[in-house]
Amino acid sequence: MTTMTASPSSAAHDIQVVTLKIDDQEVSASRNQTILQVAAENQIEIPTLCFMPGLKPMGSCRICLVELAGSPRLFAACVTRVSEGMTVITDSPRLRKYRKQIVELLFVERNHVCSVCVSNGRCELQALAVKLGITHITQPYRYDKMVVDSSHDLFRLDHNRCVLCTRCVRVCDQIEGAHVWDVAGRGIDCRITADLNLPWGDSDVCTSCGKCVHICPTGALTEKGTAVAEMRKQPDFLPYLTIMRENH
Amino acid sequence: MPRTITIDPVTRIEGHAKITLQLGDDGKVADAQFHVTQFRGFEKFCEGRPLTEMPSLMARICGICPVSHLMASAKACDALLAVEIPPVAVSLRRIMNLAQFVQSHALSFFHLSSPDFLLGMDADPAERNVYGLIRKNPELAIDGVKLRKFGQEIIALLGGKRIHPAWVVPGGVNEPLTTERRDQILAAIPEAKAIALKTITWFKQSLDQYQEIIDNFACFPSLHLSIADEQNKLNVYNGNLRVVDKDAKVLATGVKPADYHTLIGEAVENWTYLKFPYYKPMGYPEGMYRVGPLARLNVIDSCGTPLADKELAEFRQRFGRVPQSSFLFHYARLIEIIFGIENMQKLLDSRDILDPFVRARARPNRREGVGVSEAPRGTLIHHYKIDDHGQMTFANLIIATGHNNLAMSRGIKQVAQHFVDGNHLTEGMLNRVEAVIRCFDPCLSCSTHALGQMPIEISLHDAAGKLLDVARR
Repeated sequence: MTTMTASPSSAAHDIQVVTLKIDDQEVSASRNQTILQVAAENQIEIPTLCFMPGLKPMGSCRICLVELAGSPRLFAACVTRVSEGMTVITDSPRLRKYRKQIVELLFVERNHVCSVCVSNGRCELQALAVKLGITHITQPYRYDKMVVDSSHDLFRLDHNRCVLCTRCVRVCDQIEGAHVWDVAGRGIDCRITADLNLPWGDSDVCTSCGKCVHICPTGALTEKGTAVAEMRKQPDFLPYLTIMRENH
Repeated sequence: MPRTITIDPVTRIEGHAKITLQLGDDGKVADAQFHVTQFRGFEKFCEGRPLTEMPSLMARICGICPVSHLMASAKACDALLAVEIPPVAVSLRRIMNLAQFVQSHALSFFHLSSPDFLLGMDADPAERNVYGLIRKNPELAIDGVKLRKFGQEIIALLGGKRIHPAWVVPGGVNEPLTTERRDQILAAIPEAKAIALKTITWFKQSLDQYQEIIDNFACFPSLHLSIADEQNKLNVYNGNLRVVDKDAKVLATGVKPADYHTLIGEAVENWTYLKFPYYKPMGYPEGMYRVGPLARLNVIDSCGTPLADKELAEFRQRFGRVPQSSFLFHYARLIEIIFGIENMQKLLDSRDILDPFVRARARPNRREGVGVSEAPRGTLIHHYKIDDHGQMTFANLIIATGHNNLAMSRGIKQVAQHFVDGNHLTEGMLNRVEAVIRCFDPCLSCSTHALGQMPIEISLHDAAGKLLDVARR
């Protein structure tokens, strides 16, 4: 995944603390921080979706795109490190348009039927759509037929609700160390897959820890037995777990 | 020369339909067909979904009576889990279903049908709607709004929202009732009861002027189907299937929901999306039966609440043990509103109603389950099958309007033959044809309600398809 670093000037190369501007606000930061981290420290909110505190950032969903002065490109704030003199714009008509388009395409790609989803009311994708002011979908829906995998004893995978953020893939690999999940296929055919394309319930390595379920932003990974709007996820365990691991 | 009259769309019903009248050479109505012109597909697209989603998913069939689908669906899911749900959950579901009866019956009676009673079958259609009702009799209109609000607010107090609450779940309900909410509901009951009693008194006083309508509005002998409890009392949530004929002879009783297929067969015609259920032992189409408020009152021995039983006794005194006119659906609806309010009060007064144990938890324990409950419009059957992991593989739904399909079609023919003269079409004639449909209060989508004025076009064609005349509303 691309990690963009604005080229530092030679004089500033050894400086550990950098100063930069985010939305006209002068801020200082450590050089190894990302724009997203620095913005959060300064109460500047940048919307995210695939980003998850405690996991290595992917920069894949492109929701946290920001503009950098002097560059025509857009940069994912979760994977772009700050640099001296950088000028970051986190909100502009152009960014709002792209963010809305991205979320709209996520809705179009799969069957996100909020009203009958177990995560209705507690879904990060739904909340993001509300935040971005998405009231209508302007692209035609694909209505792909997607299967639901209920083979696991405790949990369920519903591909209809998956946005391919890969949080499950990362948490299982980086935190649980089981590496049950991967992404199979290419392009529009990408799917989360357990082991080497087995039903989840047949996975030999799944420890049934439930981490993937609780950090899944939507109703794609859920606990069985939950009725509509009943799934309550508790992702707060993850930053704690990561800090404890790193510091002890 | 044979001609066809089309009424499209039919107004002041829930959903979309049209009526075709076939005229014979003499200009008289030879045949009538009731076409349901919308296709929904719920039985198919639920396949592959987890059973735990079914109550909320199936409730989306309808915006007027979602609670009915919640009930039947949740009961089918209870059967799949093979659990007996906690008694308080039964009571809470019953209260919600009764609240739904009150609001839905109020909508049908006051908003959709009362313009015909109050403003007349021949009134200008620009006036003959809920707005005309407000101008002519604001008190009645406000009563209707209040009664509907009463029912809707109980649904919201129990389930969190008025339409499509996700509170009813497989195994029970997902939140107990609080003291505060119970008291709020109880406080609203006296006014609702007073409105219901006032309305039925008014309706009874005006019955004499409808004699011609009563005699010709789908007035014919048929079977009647409903669920009833063990004492053959009215119970709109729980019970076994019971069928009586025109003479109150019991043809079937105590038939368990899971055995519904021994009673009911389903026929299909190529001119409508609505199936034609029939009473199996008599075959199609002879096995015509009716469901809904009138059928329920014909099937049961008593309501089981004092005021409703008093009204039921008077109803039977006026029209016999098994009244045949579908116009009396309206009367029966008013009796059921009283029953609903009384029954809710009884359930809410129970000491155990605040018990927090409201949900049985289990995994799927059966491959097949059937849930039957009474919807305002009649008996509602949800029949599901699932795979080993609890995902749906099959669904069959028989909704109230379906049961009544044969009777509605026959009723339209009867009304058309009596009131419509193909040589001299009038607006009032066609409204009577629509009004007979409104007696059954069909819920066709049931996702939308056509309230007030909708365009109506009647076309006259000759046998060669040539357009002879068009009348537009």
